[in-house]
Amino acid sequence: MSMAAAHQITAGFMPLFDSAVLVVAGEMGFAAREGIELKLHRETSWANIRDRIAIGHFDVAHMLGPMPLACSLGLTPLASETIVPFSLGLGGNCVTVSNAVWEGMAAHGAAPDLDPARAGAALGALIRERTASREPLRFAVVHPHSGHNYELRYWLAACGIDPDRDIEIVIVPPPFMADALAAGRIDGYCVGEPWNSAAVAAGTGRIVTVKALLWRNSPEKVIGARRAWAEENPDALAALLRALHHSARWCQDPANRGELAELMARPAFLGQSEAIQMPILTGLLQLGGGVERRVEDFFLPFDKAANFPWKSHALWFYTQMVRWRQLPHTPQNLAIARDCYRPDLYRSALKPLGVALPGANAKVEGALKIATPVGSAGASLVLGPDGFFDGQIFDPDKVDAYITDQKSARKSV
Amino acid sequence: MTAGSLTILVIDDNRIRASIIEAGLRDAGHRHVTVIHDVAGIARRIAEIEPDVIVIDLENPNRDMLENMFQLSRAVKRPIAMFVDRADQASIEAAVDAGVSAYVVDGLKKERIKPILDMAISRFNAFSRMARELEEARSELENRKVIDRAKGILMKSRGLSEEAAYALLRKTAMNQNRKIAEIAQSLVTAAGLLGPLEGE
Repeated sequence: MSMAAAHQITAGFMPLFDSAVLVVAGEMGFAAREGIELKLHRETSWANIRDRIAIGHFDVAHMLGPMPLACSLGLTPLASETIVPFSLGLGGNCVTVSNAVWEGMAAHGAAPDLDPARAGAALGALIRERTASREPLRFAVVHPHSGHNYELRYWLAACGIDPDRDIEIVIVPPPFMADALAAGRIDGYCVGEPWNSAAVAAGTGRIVTVKALLWRNSPEKVIGARRAWAEENPDALAALLRALHHSARWCQDPANRGELAELMARPAFLGQSEAIQMPILTGLLQLGGGVERRVEDFFLPFDKAANFPWKSHALWFYTQMVRWRQLPHTPQNLAIARDCYRPDLYRSALKPLGVALPGANAKVEGALKIATPVGSAGASLVLGPDGFFDGQIFDPDKVDAYITDQKSARKSV
Repeated sequence: MTAGSLTILVIDDNRIRASIIEAGLRDAGHRHVTVIHDVAGIARRIAEIEPDVIVIDLENPNRDMLENMFQLSRAVKRPIAMFVDRADQASIEAAVDAGVSAYVVDGLKKERIKPILDMAISRFNAFSRMARELEEARSELENRKVIDRAKGILMKSRGLSEEAAYALLRKTAMNQNRKIAEIAQSLVTAAGLLGPLEGE
């Protein structure tokens, strides 16, 4: 690293594959080329990341997409204003169940095709079949304020399963998921890779559906930045966003897959074999029982404007916080959620590069049925498809109606 | 209520550190201290213990799970807030620096909690210092071993006395601006590559 780095930035990350764009920026020289000395710190919990951002140990961090919202909305024990100037990718999660649950689902018509509606209907039938005297099925997610929690709940609710009454949802750290499933402490989970493929490889779990089919090209991890730091260091932040942009492009390039898997496999990052990193890179998943399936746009670190921090993504997370009673829907809360993701910072940092940039700050989620070239500043850009599996549309200008509709749908379950 | 009437739960999978914290709390007059090393089945334990204060190490990967459990507060009677006062920035920084976090039942007075947190911070720091010193002692011992081996190689291959062999190592280290142990390690590695010496 250059001795004369213009900017020193300290970043926290969790050992998950979708920290790759941040890790590669530091390890492959993209940060140094922008005059940044990037110090990466691996953490053991999201709570640690949140605390260390709040007290200034970290300037930026790899975060769950809804986490900066939760921090800014005061939902966390140590709250701080955190903004999102960059998204680290789209997709990458799966829902995995135990072999016993899979057998029960298969008896009710589930097929190993990842179809969310079919799998959800089978799971619902299995849950109704189980007698009331038995313990409810227990599913795990990584954090209450996570894409995993909201997409699992969205899927279940859309399939007629009440995630609060019909099953139990608990929190388990990602690296412990496969073990907890094998030990029978949980019956299923929603987590990012490589922790689904790990259960399949161990023969203890089946992948039943994927985030990329529940909500196509949907947001997952982001760069969260302490607002005070971002405001005091606009040049450092802009340089970092450019470094991350180049890093993300490198991560997306199939020619770099081997090198990327080798880097992420190192003990300092994931400490998991190179082979187990490949499904997220290729989209070619082993579902269990010898079934293999290729998922289009399974995980995108760069393509389809994957790094653009859409305000509609933040607002959808907000609607789900309200839906699952994590906070009340008020004009003040809505305003905080609206200001948390910062496409303006992304756009101004990348403008000098002359790359394709979306012209709007938000989009109607679910409106693009197929991949669509869009008008943008500079070069051409392809977006979407961005549909929800149940065909619902989220219009970020109609948040009230969306929240009301989901509430009445819940009552009729 | 006296200091001793607070119920304190310490969650730390490092048994030595946990016992140091526990001893500190007992010395300060706290009689209701429970230590848990393994988080399996912790929800039930918390419901039984009904802690007023929970002290947990920051390296515990189960922090997210535990925080969620506190917030749902099915197991815990009242909502639990981290630290005493969000505005008490210095305490929070000292705790995170030390690698410890605390959760307290809402409504507890600051002056009752502060000494507990301060004690936990100082014990965590003392433990880290101890671990660091132990590590330094260990690496010192290893350095000495490798230097001895390097001296042996020089004495054998160049017919030097032990003193002269050490002086040569030291001079080389000074010239290259490196540590003697590093030069010694390079020499041992090189000697290994060039073939085992007789008698080794």
